[in-house]
Amino acid sequence: MRAKPKRSKGQQELPGWTSGLRQLYDQVVDEDLPDSFRDLLARLDKAD
Amino acid sequence: MTGAERTASDKAEFKRELAAVVPHLRAFARGLCGRADMADDLVQEALLKAWAAQERFEPGTSMRAWTFVILRNAYLTDMRRNRFRGEYDENVAERILTAPAGQEEPIHLADLHRALLTLPPERREALLLVGAGGFSYEEAAQICGCAVGTIKSRVGRARATLNTMLADGSVPKRSIDDATAHRAIMDELEEVAAGNGVAARG
Repeated sequence: MRAKPKRSKGQQELPGWTSGLRQLYDQVVDEDLPDSFRDLLARLDKAD
Repeated sequence: MTGAERTASDKAEFKRELAAVVPHLRAFARGLCGRADMADDLVQEALLKAWAAQERFEPGTSMRAWTFVILRNAYLTDMRRNRFRGEYDENVAERILTAPAGQEEPIHLADLHRALLTLPPERREALLLVGAGGFSYEEAAQICGCAVGTIKSRVGRARATLNTMLADGSVPKRSIDDATAHRAIMDELEEVAAGNGVAARG
């Protein structure tokens, strides 16, 4: 699910900082995933 | 799927979907609690809970929305234990958001992030879900376990507060030092926590 979520309607009239809000969110989404997450995901099956 | 024995294939598909939403969980958590390290701890906790509760996930529904509920509940629990106080991560400081056409001064993302963290948690999460995460009001209401009108009201109030703060430059230097903001957060936390609706328990 790498596709960016669709934006809801009604956001066109918003002030400039709202794009910053998305930018704060998207820049985290676009970060490389730390190894700790890969390790955790790899361990999930084994925990069963 | 509920109640049925899950096959290896079901689990593999669940895990694939879970892995795909991790970046979004990290982004939501970062917005909620401010600090990157705490946010990642929260996401790891949520991932383990999601994995343990996977039989309650309905295939074909939104994994992102489902896991956000789990993350949110973990956050609220930790907030009640006073782990998070809206601390601000200085690593995001000084990133500048390019000013849109017609706007006189650029907004610093750092200011925006700090302003966001001063909002009461119910308004912050509503704004994050709708304004940053791109959820519809209906989806955000499901995640927060409240009425659509409530979400609209929270988003509206959050936007009004941020508009004022960013327009007149009244963003606190550090949200944790703002006693008023902190008291407001703690006062409203119980209300938010009490509002964990059906979706939140799913």
